[in-house]
Amino acid sequence: MSTANTLRADLQLIADWVAPASRVLDLGCGDGALLSWLNRHKAVRGYGVDFDVNNVVRCVQAGVNAIQGNLETGLAEFEDQRFDHVVLSQTIQAMHNTEQILVEMLRVGREAIVTFPNFGYWENRWQILQGHMPVSETIPYQWYNTPNIHWCMLGDFEALCAKNGIQVLERVVMNEGKRILFLPNLRGSLAFYRVARQPA
Amino acid sequence: MSDLTRSVGIVQAQTAVFDTPLQLASGAVLPDYQLCFETYGTLNAARSNAILICHALSGHHHVAGRYTPEDKAAGWWDNMVGPGKPIDTDRFFVVGVNNLGGCHGSTGPSSINPATGQPWGSSFPVVTVPDWVRSQARLADRLGIDRWAAIIGGSLGGMQTLQWSIDYPERVAHALVIASAPKLSAQNIAFNDVARQAILTDPDFHGGDYYAHDAIPRRGLRLARMLGHITYLSDDGMGEKFGRMLKSGDYQFGYEVEFEIESYLRYQGDKFSDYFDANTYLLMTKALDYFDPAKDLNDDLVAALRKASARFMVASFTSDWRFSPERSREIVKALVAADKEVVYGEIESVHGHDAFLMLDAPYVNLMRAYLNRVAEEVNA
Repeated sequence: MSTANTLRADLQLIADWVAPASRVLDLGCGDGALLSWLNRHKAVRGYGVDFDVNNVVRCVQAGVNAIQGNLETGLAEFEDQRFDHVVLSQTIQAMHNTEQILVEMLRVGREAIVTFPNFGYWENRWQILQGHMPVSETIPYQWYNTPNIHWCMLGDFEALCAKNGIQVLERVVMNEGKRILFLPNLRGSLAFYRVARQPA
Repeated sequence: MSDLTRSVGIVQAQTAVFDTPLQLASGAVLPDYQLCFETYGTLNAARSNAILICHALSGHHHVAGRYTPEDKAAGWWDNMVGPGKPIDTDRFFVVGVNNLGGCHGSTGPSSINPATGQPWGSSFPVVTVPDWVRSQARLADRLGIDRWAAIIGGSLGGMQTLQWSIDYPERVAHALVIASAPKLSAQNIAFNDVARQAILTDPDFHGGDYYAHDAIPRRGLRLARMLGHITYLSDDGMGEKFGRMLKSGDYQFGYEVEFEIESYLRYQGDKFSDYFDANTYLLMTKALDYFDPAKDLNDDLVAALRKASARFMVASFTSDWRFSPERSREIVKALVAADKEVVYGEIESVHGHDAFLMLDAPYVNLMRAYLNRVAEEVNA
C-alpha cells in the first residue's frame, strides 16, 4: 500500500537520492508509492506521470498529483528545467523511444534517476546459455508476453549517456535488495543511475 | 455500482433576488436580477463542504433529483450527484445554479424588464463567463459560503470553474475542469456561429423580440440543436448507436426521415425547441466564444492561472473532438508551468463531448477518488 511508511527497497534507494523539498517528476509512477513517501518524509513536491488511468486513480487515492500521459510522445506538458529530479524506474527497457525519453528527462529536469533490470546479470546469462530467454524476479515475463523490448547492460546504458552528452553522477547496482560492489555487471540484477547533462 | 441508483429524491428550485446593480463586461449594467438555484445535502457547521456545479451551454440549476415522483427525467447530472455517488450529497452541500441570461428561472431575455414591463428580448445585455462568476459569488455570499470545497463544471461549466479560480482564488479550494478548453478554437466559434445564424435568420425571430409577436423561432433553434448534437457525439459512438439503420427497411428516395440518425436528431431538435429559449442560446454561445482568461495578459494563460490558489483536476475524453484532450492538456501544461497542483485524467470513451455526462468506469473512479480527497480535507 502506497501510504505505508516503508518503501520497496529499490524505491527507497531512489528516495535517498532525492533532496528534501525538491521538485520531482516521477515517470511511470504506478500507484504513486514513491511520491507519496517523498511527500510525507521529504516535503517533496511534484507530479507522477502514468499512461494508465487506473494508476492515476490510485495516485489520487494516495494523495499524489498524477498526470495521465504517454511517455513515448515526450514530455511536452513540462517546461525546460522545471524539476530537480526526474525519475524513470524500471520503465526504460519497455519504451520504444528510449533515447528520446532520456534526453527529454534532462530537458525538463536538472538530474535524472533511471533504473532498469540488468540484462548482464549472471542468472540471465545462464538461462540464455541453456537456450532460453531469461525469466526472473526482475524480469517476470516470457519472451512472447514481455513489455520489455530494449534490453541493456550497464555498459550499454553508459554508452547511450555518453553519446548524448550525459554524465553519470552515481551508479548503484543491487541484487535482492543488497548493493553489489564486486563484479556488478555480472552479479547485479537491478541498476540505478543518477545522471545529469555534462557541463557545456 | 448499486449506489449509483440512489437519488437526492424530490427537490425544489429556489430563487435569490439581488437588487445591487451588476456591472457587466460589455459595459451594460443589470439594475437587478434573480438567480434560480437548487441545493442538495446539508451545509456543515463550518460551512466548508459546499460544492458549486456550473452548467454547460443548455444547462440549468436542476442538477439532480426529480420535482415530482412522476417526473420522467431526473436532473442533468443525476448519475454523478447524490447519496453515495461521486459528488456525494451525504458529505457535500451541492449547489446548482441557472446562469444569468438563462431561461429556467434566472433573469434572462424572456424575463420582464421592469423598466418597460415587456420581455427583455433583444435588449438583454450580452453576458460573459466573468459576469456569471461575479453573480455566482453574490449567491455564495447569500448562502454564507466563503470558500467552496470544490467548483465543478464540464464544457462551458469548466470555463466558469477556471474563471472562478482566477477571479476569486481565496474562495475555491478545488477546481474540477472537465471536457473544457482554455478558449475556443476557430472551428468551435464557427460551429457556434452556424447555430446562431440558424436562429437569427429564422423568420419567426423578429430581431429577438419574438415574444411580442407571439412567435418562437423554432426552426432555427431546432437546427442549432441538431448541429450541436452532432458535434457532441463521436463518429464511432453515433455509428455504434445508429449505423445506417433505416426506419422502414429500405430507401424511400425522398426527403422524409429515412435513417434512424435523422429521426433521432429531429426528435432531439424538436424537444429542445419546445423548452429552450432562442435568445438564451445566442447568449450562451457568445459567452463561450468570448471566454479567454488570458486575453488581457498577452495571451499568457500561465500568468492568468498563476493567480489561482485552488488545486485542480482536469479530465478529458478521447473521442471528444469538440473539446479535445489536446485542449485540456493546454490547461494542464499552463497549470504545471504556473506551479499549481493538478491531476489530469484522459478517459477512454466513445461518447464524444457528451462523455462528461456519462458513467465510463475510469471517469467515475477518478471523480470518486478525487472528491474523497476533498471530503477528507473538509471533514465531510
